[in-house]
Amino acid sequence: MVDLNKDAETPVDDAPTAEELANASGGRSPWEILWGKLRRNRPAMFGMGVLVILYFGAIFAGFLSPYSYQNQFRDDNWHPPQFDDIQFWDDEGNFRGPHVYRLERLSPNIPEYEDSRKEVVEIDFFVKGDPYELLGMEFETHLFGAADGKTPIFLFGSDRFGRDVFTRILYGSRISLSVGIVGILISMSLGMLIGGIAGYFGGRTDFVLMRMVEVILAIPGLYLILTVRQAFGQDLDSTQSYFIMIVVLAFVGWAANSRVIRGMVLAIKENDYVVAAEAMGLSRLHIIVRHILPNTLSFVIVTATLYIPYYILGEVALSFLGVGIQEPEASWGLMLREAQNVAYLTDYRWVVTPGYFIFIAVMAFNFLGDGLRDAADPRSLQ
Amino acid sequence: MWTFIARRLLAIPPLLLAVTFLTYCLLYAAPGDYFTRLAEDPQVTEEYLSALRAKYGLEGGLFGRYWAWLINAIQLDFGDSFRFDLPVFDLIAERLSNTLLLTGSALIIAWGLALPLGVMAGVNQGKWLDKGASFISFVGLSIPRVFFALLMVMFAAVTEWFPVGGMRDQIYWDDFTPWEQVVDVAHHLVLPAIVIGTTSMAGYMRQMRAEMVETLSKDFVRTARAKGLSKRQVIYKHAFGNAVNPLITLFGYSLAALLTGSFLVEVVFAWPGLARLTVDAVFAQDEPLVMAAVLVATLMLVAGNTIADLLLAFVDPRIRLE
Repeated sequence: MVDLNKDAETPVDDAPTAEELANASGGRSPWEILWGKLRRNRPAMFGMGVLVILYFGAIFAGFLSPYSYQNQFRDDNWHPPQFDDIQFWDDEGNFRGPHVYRLERLSPNIPEYEDSRKEVVEIDFFVKGDPYELLGMEFETHLFGAADGKTPIFLFGSDRFGRDVFTRILYGSRISLSVGIVGILISMSLGMLIGGIAGYFGGRTDFVLMRMVEVILAIPGLYLILTVRQAFGQDLDSTQSYFIMIVVLAFVGWAANSRVIRGMVLAIKENDYVVAAEAMGLSRLHIIVRHILPNTLSFVIVTATLYIPYYILGEVALSFLGVGIQEPEASWGLMLREAQNVAYLTDYRWVVTPGYFIFIAVMAFNFLGDGLRDAADPRSLQ
Repeated sequence: MWTFIARRLLAIPPLLLAVTFLTYCLLYAAPGDYFTRLAEDPQVTEEYLSALRAKYGLEGGLFGRYWAWLINAIQLDFGDSFRFDLPVFDLIAERLSNTLLLTGSALIIAWGLALPLGVMAGVNQGKWLDKGASFISFVGLSIPRVFFALLMVMFAAVTEWFPVGGMRDQIYWDDFTPWEQVVDVAHHLVLPAIVIGTTSMAGYMRQMRAEMVETLSKDFVRTARAKGLSKRQVIYKHAFGNAVNPLITLFGYSLAALLTGSFLVEVVFAWPGLARLTVDAVFAQDEPLVMAAVLVATLMLVAGNTIADLLLAFVDPRIRLE
């Protein structure tokens, strides 16, 4: 007689125990494994490094920039960039420390400059200048500035009103980069909650919520964003615009996320531990938030990283069209708005400088997001 | 197959109903209306304003106004634009054809570059050509279209090789022969089409490369090589046809994506397309025009997605449409 039991038990004996599985992965938690894979992905680490620098610049914008973002040097408007003119040795070859030559303005009315190489502007570090706020305290010390304390230095040139573009890019990064983080937090939480509810409850709730998602996804992005934005009216100050911009972008952005989350929840809710949680009588919201949604977290983190550029570009689009951040505040999109004037574009080419920063930020998020996706993919073995 | 098509088509009217209602709610919620700016003129009396509002159907509740719009829209009467005083239908028709000309050319550029580059990158996997292509695709995926468009306008203005904006010559257009007019429009078309085309190319190229790499590792390719076929024949006759299959559905989606993607590029290049018209209409609160523009844009997107689904079903017999 054939021993049926033996056959049936063999695979169970061969299956690795939980302990063996833990040992196979070196006893590391999923997050440690993810980090281990990510650390070896060079583009991803490069992207992360760039982002650390950019966000550092945004936080310490007041200290790193030589001026206040609204400080106008009216006599020096459309001053060309000087970052490539910084010298350390004078013409005789003696070390003098970092310095630039002051450009001579040819006429008070026309912003044309000539390098007469007469007046030397020495760059000093930790100089006193415009007051700024950092972590709730007032400071006056700036990383660098002219040693005499009054001659302006324009690393990336100056704009129409003689404001320092370098300073405004740093201050603008606060808005452009924070829109991404705040926006994705709102739309991801919304997407997770609605996707979770739709997937878990199913039936009529699911039907209604998913039809809502379809309506939002059916309208081409910027058409919807503009119409939603217009519903708030145009006479808003910068703070209001900033928050409304995030609300608008998140309102449009949650839909795609919630649809994917719903699909994942549909699969997850069949698991035994969900059934167990139900049998224990836990509330349904508790089950969704504590037992189901955490399992979608690796997807959420990857998607969030890849979606942040959508918010950065959304800010750019709205400010570029004039319904985002308002003057005198600075944001990358608002600064690019100046470049819509073709005459500025040809004569003062540094008006597009913020564009390079948008490009770099978006690229860094793409590198990091791609790396995270590869690292979170369970099929990719180390 | 036919039931699938019928079901997809039947789902469109309720969707459009919901989309237009949502848009109308948003327009209704916006403070002020088209005539608010007129009120600032001291010579304009309250009576005149309310007469205007009554005439253009800007009075009454949300549902009443939406219902009035809907009844007319079903009869394909989208009203007159407040700002242009012209039938919205004619305005949109002209602008839409301009947008389609731009996105159509961009589509040709995108796919014309993506397929050969993707195949070459996939065949030369890991070599410098592949690395160069992947670098290009990363730049293309990350560069903001507004920024790229501005750089191109700068290029056009500095070299004076291309016009900096618009679709036709402002001065000599009426004196041109028909052939010269075609050349002139093409001349204006080059830069915006390149911007949209090259930036959307990146994603398709990546996909093509990935499919090519996967197909080349399949058994039937090895068999073809073992038979002694030349590399060319293996790549173009055996591998390519199989690798390009999944991209056909991507092509459908790209129809829809390009329409949205051209938005800011149209604004930067002052291309007289749907985007510029919509931006101005939204800001001026030109209700009939916004409604029609959103409706048309939504229709295009839905049509693109439906075509993509149908193409997928058409090329992949594993997908059953029920």
